[in-house]
Amino acid sequence: MKEIRIHGRGGQGVVTSAELLALAAFNDGKFSQAFPFFGFERRGAPIVSFVRINDSPIRLRSHIYNPDYVIVQDPTLLDVEDVTSGLKPGGMVIANTEKEPEKLGLKAEIRVRTINATKIAMETLGSPIMNTALIGAFAGATGEVSVGSIKCAVTSRFPGKIGVKNAEAVQKAYDRMRG
Amino acid sequence: MEIMEGSRAVAEAVKACRPNVIAAYPITPQTHIVEEIARMVADGELASEYVRVDSEHSAMSVCVGASATGARTYTATTSQGMALMHEVLFNAAGLRLPIVMTAANRSLSAPINIWNDQQDTVSERDSGWIQLYAEDTQEASDMIIQAYKIAEDHDILLPVMVGMDGFILTHVHEPVELCPQEKVDDFLPSYDPAYYLTPKNPLSFGTIVYPSTYTEFRYMIHEAMKRAERKIIDVASDFRDKFGRHYGGLIDTYEAEDAEVLIMAMGSVIGTAKDAVDELRSDGKKVGIVKVRCYRPFPAEAISEAVKNAKAIAVLDKNISLGYEGALYTDVKSALYNENGPLALGFILGLGGRDITKNTIKSIAEKAQKAIKSGRVEKDSEFVDVGVL
Repeated sequence: MKEIRIHGRGGQGVVTSAELLALAAFNDGKFSQAFPFFGFERRGAPIVSFVRINDSPIRLRSHIYNPDYVIVQDPTLLDVEDVTSGLKPGGMVIANTEKEPEKLGLKAEIRVRTINATKIAMETLGSPIMNTALIGAFAGATGEVSVGSIKCAVTSRFPGKIGVKNAEAVQKAYDRMRG
Repeated sequence: MEIMEGSRAVAEAVKACRPNVIAAYPITPQTHIVEEIARMVADGELASEYVRVDSEHSAMSVCVGASATGARTYTATTSQGMALMHEVLFNAAGLRLPIVMTAANRSLSAPINIWNDQQDTVSERDSGWIQLYAEDTQEASDMIIQAYKIAEDHDILLPVMVGMDGFILTHVHEPVELCPQEKVDDFLPSYDPAYYLTPKNPLSFGTIVYPSTYTEFRYMIHEAMKRAERKIIDVASDFRDKFGRHYGGLIDTYEAEDAEVLIMAMGSVIGTAKDAVDELRSDGKKVGIVKVRCYRPFPAEAISEAVKNAKAIAVLDKNISLGYEGALYTDVKSALYNENGPLALGFILGLGGRDITKNTIKSIAEKAQKAIKSGRVEKDSEFVDVGVL
C-alpha cells in the first residue's frame, strides 16, 4: 500500500487533489481511497488530505502518519509545520516552489522534487490554481499513477474547456519532472 | 464499480428506492447527502417531493405526516439535529411508520465538535428505531435498500436509522458498486402501507390511550423489534442473492473461529480492526472480530453464541453513558450475564473524531490477553489514550 499526504491551504484544492489522485489510481486498475481532514474550513488555513493506493481493497480508516509521499502545495507551509513528519525512509516530498530542492531546508536524506506548478498554472490556465499541475508532477516524479489516468480524472471532474486546460497543465508538469 | 464520495453512494441508493417524500435540514457532516438528493430532485432525476424545512424537528415531523399517508419517506441528520428530533423519533416508532434515515454519526455538544463518534444515535437507543451501523460506504449505501425492506414489512412496521461514521464514511472517496435501478425495483416494490390516512377511509393515528392499553402498545412495538431480528437476517441474505453482497445479519465475524480475544465494535472502526487483526494473526496472536451491525434490536443471542469459545472480549464504544461506561459494553455484558462467558473489557475511544489506528486496536488486544493471563479484569471500563487537560 502507498500512502500520500497532501499539505495545502484552504482554497487551494487540497481535497480535490486527493480525490483526483484516488480516481486516477482507480482508473489505473488499483484500489484507492481519498479523504480529507476537515477542520472548520477557512480560506488560507493549513489543510491536510490523504490518499491510499493499494492492489487490494482498502479497509484501513486511520489518518496517514507514515506517508510514502508528501505533496506540498504551498511553500510557505514549510515554515509553519513539519510537513515531513513521519515520512517513511526513502519517502519523497514533491513541493510546489520555484526553489531548488536543496534550498528547502529539509533533512539531507529526504528525497525532494520541486516544481513551479503555480507558474505552469498561470501560463496554462491564466490563474494560480496549481493543484492539477502538481499532481501531474507527482505522477512524473513517482510513477505511482499514470499521467493518462490523471488527465482522464481531471477532464471528467472539470468538463469542457477548463478540463482540457487543466489536463494540459498536468502534462506540462509531468513532462518537466520526466525531463 | 466507480470511485465516489460516501455521501453520494448513499444518495444514489436513496434515489434507487424512489422515496415519495424527503425532508431534511443540512448539518455537517450529513450535508453532502441531502445536497446531492436535492440536486437529483431539482434535475428531475428523482420524482420526489423534497421539503426544505426549518429544523430537524420539522424534518422528522414532515416524514411522520407523509409516512402516515402511505408515502415512502427519507431523511438524514446527525448530532444536534438528531437530538432536536428526539421527541419525534419516539412518535415515528410509536405510530409504526417505516421511515428510513441516515445518521452521519457525530459527537454531541458541549463542547461543540463536528467530528465522528456515535453518541448521537446511541443516545436514541430506546426510541423504538431499528439501528444499523455500516462498516464502509458500500454497506452504508446498500443498507438503505435493506432498511426499507425491513421497515415496510407488515410484520415489522418500524423506522430504521442507518449509522455511517461522519467524515470517515460520509466524506471518503472509495470504490462503490451502485445497485441497478431495475434490480432495486424488483427487490423493493412500492410501499404497501397496512394503514394510512386517506379521506376515503378516515382513521386516527396517535390518539390518547389510557393506562389500560398503553402497556399493550409498548409491548407490541417491542415484539415487532424482536421479530425484526429474523427479518434483518433474511433481508441480508435476500440482498446477497439479488446483488451478490453480504455483510452479515445482525452481526458478522472475522477470524473469530479459534480466537481467544474477540474485539467487538460498530461502524467504520471494523475496517481498521481487520487490518490490525491480520497483523496480530501473523504474529501468532489469536485475535478476531465481532462486528455488531444491528444495535437495536440488540442481538443478545447471536453475540453470546459468537463469543462462547473466546477467553476475553474487548468491547469498543464511540460513546459513553456518562457516569457508567460505553453503551455497547453494558449491553454485551448483560447478554452474557447468565452464560458463564469470557472476561469482558470495555474501551471508550474515538470520541469527537479522535483517530483510531491499528496500534490502538493492538494495544487493546494486548490488554485483553493480559487479562486472560492473570485470569481477571483489572479495569472494567477505560478511556483509551486519555490525557488530562
